[in-house]
Amino acid sequence: METSTLAEQAKQNGHGEGPAPAAEESAGAGLGSMLGRAAGAIGRQIGSRLTADLDDRDPDYIRENLPFVWLLSSLWFRGEVRNLGNIPEDGPVLMVGNHSGGNVTPDTHVLTLAFSTYFGVERPFYQLAHNLVVASPIGQILRKYGTVPASHENAELALNRGAAVLVYPGGDWEVHRSSWARNTVDFGGRKGFLRLALKNDVPIVPVVSAGGQETALFLGRGNRLAKGLGLDRLLRLKVLPVSIGPPWGLNVGDFLGHLPLPAKLTTEVLPPIDLREQFGAEPDLDEAYDYVTRLMQDALDALAAERRFPVIG
Amino acid sequence: MRIAESVEVSAPPEAVWEYIAEPENYLRFMSGVTRWEVQGDKRSGLGARCRMLLRVGAAEVGGLIEWVEWSEPRDMAWTSVTGVDQRGRWRIRPLERERSRVELRYAYGVAGAGIFGWIAEKVAAPTLRRHIRRTLHQLKRQIEHERLRAEAERRKKAREGATTA
Repeated sequence: METSTLAEQAKQNGHGEGPAPAAEESAGAGLGSMLGRAAGAIGRQIGSRLTADLDDRDPDYIRENLPFVWLLSSLWFRGEVRNLGNIPEDGPVLMVGNHSGGNVTPDTHVLTLAFSTYFGVERPFYQLAHNLVVASPIGQILRKYGTVPASHENAELALNRGAAVLVYPGGDWEVHRSSWARNTVDFGGRKGFLRLALKNDVPIVPVVSAGGQETALFLGRGNRLAKGLGLDRLLRLKVLPVSIGPPWGLNVGDFLGHLPLPAKLTTEVLPPIDLREQFGAEPDLDEAYDYVTRLMQDALDALAAERRFPVIG
Repeated sequence: MRIAESVEVSAPPEAVWEYIAEPENYLRFMSGVTRWEVQGDKRSGLGARCRMLLRVGAAEVGGLIEWVEWSEPRDMAWTSVTGVDQRGRWRIRPLERERSRVELRYAYGVAGAGIFGWIAEKVAAPTLRRHIRRTLHQLKRQIEHERLRAEAERRKKAREGATTA
């Protein structure tokens, strides 16, 4: 897959609508050019690895690895997922979550475990992930869990098969927000998930998590730096985050991940939303976006209010 | 891994059986259980199926179970059809003076999970043991209270009958 196709795919996925970062300063343009070329090569390599095959999901593998994920979720993150019964018992559904925890995204592991044990590994469940994640070495494992590159095509394929699909509209933008903004739902204005739900006529189930952004000290997104280096065009990366956490100490980019702090993770599943029932046959996307994000923000505020201390919960 | 606990109930085996054979009662006395729903047309008996979930750690685990033994009023056993591997068994044995010993055995695990499966079983054991102990005590309380209520009702009716006569 060529990088231009990646950019197009990103645009279709609503990623082109993110907030426009401020103009990048021109200092270090030579270095930027060099890094940009390197990023281009990486982008082409990634593109060649991006083939979505829903059949990569392996229920037996998921089942056999439930104990490991359960141990991690229970002992390290003290995970708690509430109201899974709000997810329709069968049929396609688009689960929309706020995303936290840098590139490690522990909230996804906890939710995947909870979904798999609640509904059984037999129920098809796919997670849309950033191209870089799917193309990484760990992507081979994640594919067995049902992780596919984030695109409307992949999501539609899965929905057409009657699967539950988990999407994080905020993606790399939200997951690298600073720890000070940890209790903020920030989709960056991306409304692709609404178009996806409308086109496929499936309900949206908001999934709100708290605690993920306490698994390291996230200092900022580095979006200006990312734009200056051309990472946004070449790798769909609008950010080059800076954080502090084990084992690296100062961590720029979080490309190799990090050892997440054992923050308590709490997730709440909200009741399903039928967009056409709620907003009419041709819903106004801005209105629907404001509604969904406000519902999620209210739920996140309530979860945040339960927490007495960072990390401890 | 298998956990077994037992309790003595002041009720004959038939009364215990009647109570645990009713699927609707499970949410009342099974500790940690968040779901116990009949699946299919058959409510109880050999071959009946339920979907059950039990909160352990970060997840609600369980799945579809099927009753595979139904020897009234002594033994009742289920096994998992989907979800984690599990087997459960009620053993009800009569004691003197219309009392019963009720034992609940619960075996669980995930086949093929290797070392992490073994560790997870050990880590989950204390929680499950607590659930099972609490389940038995709640069962005992429910059955004995129900018998006391029934007995009081019977005496009340007898008194009313004597007054009328």
